[in-house]
Amino acid sequence: MNMTRTLLSRLLQGLALVLAVVVLNFLLVHAAPGDPVETIAGASGGMSDELKAQLRSQYGLDQPLPVQLGIYLGKIVQGDLGFSYFFNLPVAGLIAERIPATLLLVVSAVLAAFVIGTTLGVLSARKPNGLLSQTITVLSLVGFAAPVFWTGIMLVILLASVWPIFPVSGLRSIDATGGGGARDMLDVLHHLVLPALTLGLVYLAQYSRLARASMLDVLGADYIRTARAKGLSNRVVLYKHALRNAVLPVVTILGLQFGNVMAGAILVETVFNWPGLGRLAFEAVLRRDYPSVLGVLLFSSIVVVVMNQLTDLCYRLIDPRIKTS
Amino acid sequence: MSQPVPIPRRTPPLRAVPAGVPLAAIEPAPPVKVENPTVEALRMFARNPSAIAGMLMLAAVLLVAIAGPWLYPADPFEIRAAPMTPPLNEDAWLGTDYLGRDVLTTLIYGGRATLLVGAVAALLSVLIGISVGALAGFYGGPVDKLLMRVTEFFQVLPALLFAMVVVTLFSPTLVTVTLAIGVVSWTGTARLTRAEFMRFRDLEFVRAERSIGARDARLIWKVILPNALPPLVVSATLAVGAAILFEAGLSFLGLGDPNQMSWGLMIGSSRQYVLSTWWAVAFPGAAIFVTVLAVSLIGDGLNDALNPKLRER
Repeated sequence: MNMTRTLLSRLLQGLALVLAVVVLNFLLVHAAPGDPVETIAGASGGMSDELKAQLRSQYGLDQPLPVQLGIYLGKIVQGDLGFSYFFNLPVAGLIAERIPATLLLVVSAVLAAFVIGTTLGVLSARKPNGLLSQTITVLSLVGFAAPVFWTGIMLVILLASVWPIFPVSGLRSIDATGGGGARDMLDVLHHLVLPALTLGLVYLAQYSRLARASMLDVLGADYIRTARAKGLSNRVVLYKHALRNAVLPVVTILGLQFGNVMAGAILVETVFNWPGLGRLAFEAVLRRDYPSVLGVLLFSSIVVVVMNQLTDLCYRLIDPRIKTS
Repeated sequence: MSQPVPIPRRTPPLRAVPAGVPLAAIEPAPPVKVENPTVEALRMFARNPSAIAGMLMLAAVLLVAIAGPWLYPADPFEIRAAPMTPPLNEDAWLGTDYLGRDVLTTLIYGGRATLLVGAVAALLSVLIGISVGALAGFYGGPVDKLLMRVTEFFQVLPALLFAMVVVTLFSPTLVTVTLAIGVVSWTGTARLTRAEFMRFRDLEFVRAERSIGARDARLIWKVILPNALPPLVVSATLAVGAAILFEAGLSFLGLGDPNQMSWGLMIGSSRQYVLSTWWAVAFPGAAIFVTVLAVSLIGDGLNDALNPKLRER
């Protein structure tokens, strides 16, 4: 009962946030100098005033602002995110087409970083001043300070040019036929390694440091001393008692960072010509293709909201002490 | 019968006064030194080798950015030598890019925009964050609810994407880029400030001030904020590093001010030719890396100095 109510209020909150993003989108485009018709006119190389007026009434741009907002909201609710003049496709379809590539990149990078980072962090906490601990400290500094697009390019120079093990860019080889067979999957995986490594290194640095700090924190707690006093083996204390609590902050960061991951995806996809949402956003911004840009912005905001709510749920499942926030 | 347990001595043993010596002649015990916490933190910071290394690195970068153009007047957009000249050439020590622009000149001039935007944007984000967090944490109730909803909203917006949209909608200049970065990156500071204010708001020293009729503004800025400052200083330092990376990312995407040479712009424009001119990407990127590393080393040093309890992490 209580759980249902929490879920419901969370859902409403999430919807309100998404609605706010939509309104902000709308206001931004209207605050900017020039209107979409001028942009289209510019792109098509001049247009008569009559045609402009006709287009304005066709798109509802001659209506008062609140009415336009209403029309815009109505369309979005129906899943209509507008039409991309540059790609000549509906924005919703364009986004759907780009989701798999980004999903593959982000999930493999973040998941690998989570598993490896937590393991390293937890192992290093056994010896707070050991070699592994020091490595993690250095790694976390370097991982934060190195711009992700630069790391990516450096990896390309090193592992695709000087020592050509991996392809320079793209999702598939030029002569690939696609199709999804075993050969195609291997080809995609081969192309995935460098971009995923680039993106993953940033998160590996963060997660390992966080896991180490939180493991050290937990190991100082009273209940760990109790567990040791009971005569439990070191293994059981570390991995059954401490790990569960130590992993909580890492899970929180993992879930709350999805907006941040999108930023990484834009830069990494641009470096590697990876045909995902990030590169779509970049191309659309360069071409002033506002419907596509706003579509991607709205879509990513929705993903962030959903991820935040899921994190909250996960948190409740891992840690039953949290009943209501 | 058990042995008497020795009582641990915390105070120095009393000195026996020899008979016949007047009391006034006895040297008084030296007063207990209470160190000013700021001085103590500074001393701790100065003893931290990595923090000092960070300071030196940042000083070097700032010196080059400020004095470099004055000592070495040049136009970073000017074509200086044959395109794609490799480094260690007498016309261009660090080589030229695909257009023939000198990489060393770019390195010297490109830091200005990045550092300026990074510093001002971080300042802006810290100011917004502290104001929002202080008001939310101090007043609580509906004010807190409203401000936290706003904060949540800005947390949901994908920062880079949003900044990209703002910058393209309102033409990319140093001002719009700075504003865009500041506006999307204050939420962490706000949450931290709020937590600190909630912790202090009902403590005795604040209640005492309140009872003698201090106004809210005084309580917020003069009474609570100075006490909440240590973690905020650390987070402000990290904000500078993050803002520099943010600016570099935007310029890399070609969305910075096109009339200002910057490290990110150099990397972005040489991206297509990287396999033949690695130096045009490697050096500006290394400059960004060194700058951000310096700032984060300083941040870590401040963290150790200001929050000594966390030191062993």
